[in-house]
Amino acid sequence: MPPVGPRSGDAIFANVERVNAELFTLTYGAIVRQLLTDLEEVEEVNKQLDQMGYNIGIRLIDEFLAKSNVSRCVDFKETAEVIAKIGFKMFLGVTASVTNWDADGTCCSIVLEDNPLVDFVELPDTCQGLYYCNILSGVVRGALEMVSMKTEISWIRDMLRGDDAFELQVKLLKQVPEEYPYKDDE
Amino acid sequence: MATTACFVIVSRNDIPIYEAEVGSAAKREDAAQLHQFILHAALDIVQDLAWTTSAMYLKAIDRFNDLVVSVYVTAGHTRLMLLHDSRNDDGIKSFFQEVHELYIKTLLNPLYLPGSRITSSHFDTKVRALARKYL
Repeated sequence: MPPVGPRSGDAIFANVERVNAELFTLTYGAIVRQLLTDLEEVEEVNKQLDQMGYNIGIRLIDEFLAKSNVSRCVDFKETAEVIAKIGFKMFLGVTASVTNWDADGTCCSIVLEDNPLVDFVELPDTCQGLYYCNILSGVVRGALEMVSMKTEISWIRDMLRGDDAFELQVKLLKQVPEEYPYKDDE
Repeated sequence: MATTACFVIVSRNDIPIYEAEVGSAAKREDAAQLHQFILHAALDIVQDLAWTTSAMYLKAIDRFNDLVVSVYVTAGHTRLMLLHDSRNDDGIKSFFQEVHELYIKTLLNPLYLPGSRITSSHFDTKVRALARKYL
């Protein structure tokens, strides 16, 4: 049996360098605020946040794998658990839960009860369509893409829109087989 | 609860950013304008008084007939002004302190532009609840 990685991110979270929560929250707020001013359209801001998250995700996955010691996940179910229990704990300091599996195990929901990004935030009438935490969905998408899983991620519930939790729907589109970037005879 | 009370928040640039009539008395049509007028007139006194003391709560600074103006100045020079006819000094002080907390929370919202109108219904509800509790 292969060695199992840690089942929760607490130990890792305790050891990594951290920043003050308010500094973090307000910095993220300032980014969103600036994007709203620059791009004007809420839809564009959503896209941009997702793109920024993606760029973070494709880099973050390396740090995650280096520090967390998780071994290869056997299926998508395990992957989702690892993201929720270890990934979110390691980088955001909160634990998420995984629910709502569909029959063939390719689609699930990651539920966040608590989200440090949205402290103090209240959506004004002018930005009702904004997915304030869209950066998170980008991060997860980017990270999974680097470990050869194409996913599609959407928000089902959002506390800023009056729901009781944050719910990210993660849908596995396809698993890209690993391949060498060069041909044998070259 | 006070029979008449009018609460406004004036930004550092002298623009009213939040207004609420929180009295329980039957509304007279011209009352709102009158209240606004009295509070505006008191702004000059606030300007002079604010720099003479380090306290944020300036107590009652002006009166008009039986109406009294109490003012609280935040560190950023935003003025919380209350026009009232009750004599409940402790209650008013607590009211100001709690509204100040609420105001700070609003300021911390990245989507709120400092100095713009406070349109949040959450803020409005909380202020009215505080008024019922303390005034």
